[in-house]
Amino acid sequence: MKGMTIIVKTVSSWVKVLIFLFGIYITIFGHLTPGGGFAGGVILACSYILLMLAFGREFAEKNLSLPVVSKLDCVGALFFAAIALFGLIYGAAGFFYNFLHQEIQAGKVEALDLYSAGTIPFSNIAICLKVAASLFMIVLLLSIFRADSSAGEEE
Amino acid sequence: MGMSYIFLFFMIFLVVAALIAVHTKDLLSAVICVGAIGFGGSLMFLFLRAPDIAITQIAVEVLGLVILIRATISRDKTFISGDREFFGIVVSVALLFAISVVGLKAFDELPEFGTPVFVVAGETQENIASQDYIEQSLSKTGAANVVAAVILDFRAYDTLGEATVLFTSILGAVVILRKKARNLPEAAP
Repeated sequence: MKGMTIIVKTVSSWVKVLIFLFGIYITIFGHLTPGGGFAGGVILACSYILLMLAFGREFAEKNLSLPVVSKLDCVGALFFAAIALFGLIYGAAGFFYNFLHQEIQAGKVEALDLYSAGTIPFSNIAICLKVAASLFMIVLLLSIFRADSSAGEEE
Repeated sequence: MGMSYIFLFFMIFLVVAALIAVHTKDLLSAVICVGAIGFGGSLMFLFLRAPDIAITQIAVEVLGLVILIRATISRDKTFISGDREFFGIVVSVALLFAISVVGLKAFDELPEFGTPVFVVAGETQENIASQDYIEQSLSKTGAANVVAAVILDFRAYDTLGEATVLFTSILGAVVILRKKARNLPEAAP
């Protein structure tokens, strides 16, 4: 699969940046507007899948190879678990205690700011990383698997 | 009352799209019809004032599903041949009709739209947990989006469980869809 026609390649090379930016926006503003980590992660993964469809699997793998994706997946999961454990350490009130929220109550940060909801934006970012990496990895793996099995049948 | 006509319209749209998805012979058309079903469901969520789940639904079901299937089956045989059995069609239509009749009865029993039903035992209708979530999410967590406050602060443990499920399923898929098979010992003849 060497990619599609020049029209598709040109349009997707313009559009992929906007899709990526929209995914980041959905994720970071997840505690203020509708959206959140899951939807943002799916949109981020879709931008890379669009790259894969338009330019071929090798191009997408050169940009974001399989070991890097699996490491990003693990980093997202560990980040989310670390947020839960930090709540246990700092707050002493239990798992997932919103330990950063005290600054807002003390008046250091305004409500409805971008950085306002304590650990919630960081949880969103962790989930976004995790969902994006795993969805892109699944598509990449299925594509590799299909290429391998069809090559095996032709032999 | 006007809302229910919108939902009726979307339900008819979903049923028609599902019927086309089942009956078409072209696999790519069937996939696009499944995407249309997801789009209709997403619009229903939007009219039910749940924009969070609408965004997720449209991203997963329309983009994700269609792109995933397009990316994985492009070179396979995309036409389905063969006829369906008459008995199977009769049984499924009768079963669907029965489920629809029972479902319409069940919809009448549902609580009124917008009424919180998450009542903890021992609490009255005025002092229920879901009302607390709506009233205190901004002051307790600082998140203006009540859904984010619930899934990432009040009920973050559930989200951790979901993340674990996703991680485990991806782990299984990675193991199954390996690029190269593990070197097995030579099988004895």
